[in-house]
Amino acid sequence: MKNWPVVPTPYLLTAPALPVFVCFLLIPLAATVLLSFYSWDQYKGIVETITAKNWIEIASDGYFAEILWRTLRIAGAVTLLCLLFGVPEAYILSKMRPLWRGIFLLVVLGPLLISVVARTLGWALLLGSTGILNQAMVRWGLINTPLPFMFTELGVIVALTHVLMPYMILSVWASLQRLDPQVENAALSLGAAPATVLARVVLPQIVPGILSGAVVVFAMAASAFATPAIIGGRRLKVASTLAYDEFLNTLNWPLGATVAVILLVTLLVIILTANRVIERRYVEILK
Amino acid sequence: MNRNGPFALAFHTLFVVFILAPILIVCVVAFTPEGFLSLPTKGLSLRWFRAIADYPEFITAFRDSLWLAALSSTLSIGLAVPAALAIARYSFPGRDAMAALFMSPLMVPHVVLGIAFLRFFSEIGLSGRFAGLVLAHVIVIMPFALRLVLAATFGIDQRVEQAAVSLGAGPATVFRRVTLFLILPGVVSGWMLSFISSFDEVTMTVFIASPETTTLPVRMLIHMQDNIDPLIASVSAVLIVLTSVFLIVLDRLYGLDRLFLGQVKH
Repeated sequence: MKNWPVVPTPYLLTAPALPVFVCFLLIPLAATVLLSFYSWDQYKGIVETITAKNWIEIASDGYFAEILWRTLRIAGAVTLLCLLFGVPEAYILSKMRPLWRGIFLLVVLGPLLISVVARTLGWALLLGSTGILNQAMVRWGLINTPLPFMFTELGVIVALTHVLMPYMILSVWASLQRLDPQVENAALSLGAAPATVLARVVLPQIVPGILSGAVVVFAMAASAFATPAIIGGRRLKVASTLAYDEFLNTLNWPLGATVAVILLVTLLVIILTANRVIERRYVEILK
Repeated sequence: MNRNGPFALAFHTLFVVFILAPILIVCVVAFTPEGFLSLPTKGLSLRWFRAIADYPEFITAFRDSLWLAALSSTLSIGLAVPAALAIARYSFPGRDAMAALFMSPLMVPHVVLGIAFLRFFSEIGLSGRFAGLVLAHVIVIMPFALRLVLAATFGIDQRVEQAAVSLGAGPATVFRRVTLFLILPGVVSGWMLSFISSFDEVTMTVFIASPETTTLPVRMLIHMQDNIDPLIASVSAVLIVLTSVFLIVLDRLYGLDRLFLGQVKH
């Protein structure tokens, strides 16, 4: 197999996938952007005339601003918690003996493959008003009334942190794998305290992994659906559950599409900018 | 190399408790003998597992989920293998754009994809149909399939293929007997990761599923929005156990960290 510059072969090889992605990804996404400029009438349904009505409605109505702001606030808090606990845990894992490391890596990353619906149910069982932890704390006299958890931002944040934690661990773990342990040993042999080694040798090298983990967690938290739908319910809406309600309950598809486009554009801007910054600043480490 | 100190191990223990607690509690509560959610303090009972049989919609949804995952992961591997060969082996105008296009479903929130597919399928008459679910799933799991097949394709020693050519093998034979064999670990692990990603997908599917054609996670989500009862705990417990078996097998075969990071062991 030679490497001819332009021969039909690569186009033949991508011929099955390309039309599928153009027809069933690019066109539906473009149609969604277009849909956000249509209007909706309770009796006529979708009216196919170009208007900025939905955009103006979302920009001017405080109800939508509150939901979008809440979405970003939850995503920010989840990212912070994942950083705070995920980074040290990944480091601790990397310091374990191979046997234990294998077991605990499975324990920590495995939940990624367990349905998010089942994992969220676990939090509802633990911390719901009749939940096991809440009842136990009341019985032991730690608190008088059950802590509000269902339908609260705190509940969504805790459950989402659990759901997305593996992504943070994975990203930090990957950059820890690239470290040369001899550099750490060199610092130790030169008399650096373990804390100094951590702060001045290890941490600077894993910053790209930490940052890209944070971007992934933030993006997934801001667009998460199942966990806010179960824990937040209809009372505590975020952008994705709002879009869902507009589509399947209110049936105002153009408005729902506008929410979706806002979410998509916000996240794409954040992801692409962050990736560019990470690549530019840490290009040597990533090589 | 310094080992973890007592503080680090205490942190680690709490961390593992945090990760496992919600998963274990589902499995424990599923054994309750009571008619409501509670810890099984007065003995274990299988009544809620037997109750699943009275709700055939869960069993139908489980079967449909398996079919959907098997079909869409097979189709996406079928698209990913030739695409990976093109991207890994050739430089051609549009190569980077195509690679970015095939990986892009990773960057688009699934709720946006769900909306886009719902609108599109209702326009072309595919809404609520199994074929629509398959198409949508092929798109969202393609990045997982492609990433692992690509890693495998980049990793092979091309001299083996050249040797086959010099011994008189035609392109089709080289592909079937040499290349495909060499990238097999990537193909199999890509298929398995795609399968489980399709099986677990809920956010996009909830938009395009219909009451007749739906998947298990969507059925569970809709049930949970109305009421959280021991039945949903037992269904979840079954799902957790089945998935755990699958992920332990995957971990033994490939290592979960490599699999998620898109690295293939040769």
